[in-house]
Amino acid sequence: MIVPIDFVLLFFLLVTAIAAITLKDLFAAIVLLGAYSFIMANMWLQLGASDVAFTEAAVGAGTSTALMVAALSRLSRKARWEK
Amino acid sequence: MLEWFVQEVFEKYNFWTAIFIILIGIYATIAKGNLLKKLIGLSIFQTGIFLFYISLGDIGSLANWGLRTATPPILWEEGVELGYVYANPLPHVLMLTGIVVSAATTGVALALVVRMYQEYGTIEEDEIMRKEMELDQR
Repeated sequence: MIVPIDFVLLFFLLVTAIAAITLKDLFAAIVLLGAYSFIMANMWLQLGASDVAFTEAAVGAGTSTALMVAALSRLSRKARWEK
Repeated sequence: MLEWFVQEVFEKYNFWTAIFIILIGIYATIAKGNLLKKLIGLSIFQTGIFLFYISLGDIGSLANWGLRTATPPILWEEGVELGYVYANPLPHVLMLTGIVVSAATTGVALALVVRMYQEYGTIEEDEIMRKEMELDQR
């Protein structure tokens, strides 16, 4: 692993995770979850797990995001503002 | 003391990040009212656990900062002579199964959420509970 790249990737992981659960627009939250999955795939390449990395990029970032967008097209887009 | 801190706490930054990601996911799963937000939290929670396991498989030490310490588990004889170690492939395979199971749970849960939206007209948890109680009183 290359340590500075690790720090940058882990920082962006935390930022995208917090943003994905905080945003009120559900479509933006889903897209941020896809970005989070791609950053996680990079992290796994850093850790020497290349097989997990491309499975995550295909299944976690691709298929899950597509499933969520397909479900969201049948739901209301905005999460209600919470106190 | 400083050496102990660097070795035992700071060099294990992957595990600290995994803990924070798991906490973010479990917070969203418990505290968010929107069912799709709960699912996003569940995804983040699962990914945090994967990060924890795959960090366990990365057995290279960080003694030489900035140097690649664990290679992917591929046969590479020159690397073995140079003193490289490869990552433990067992957690990789376990988490490969976990990713597929995670996609399957997401799919089933999304199908249930869409069905609940057709039934109740909302995906906010407290409104669903209120409509459920009104149905019970009738």
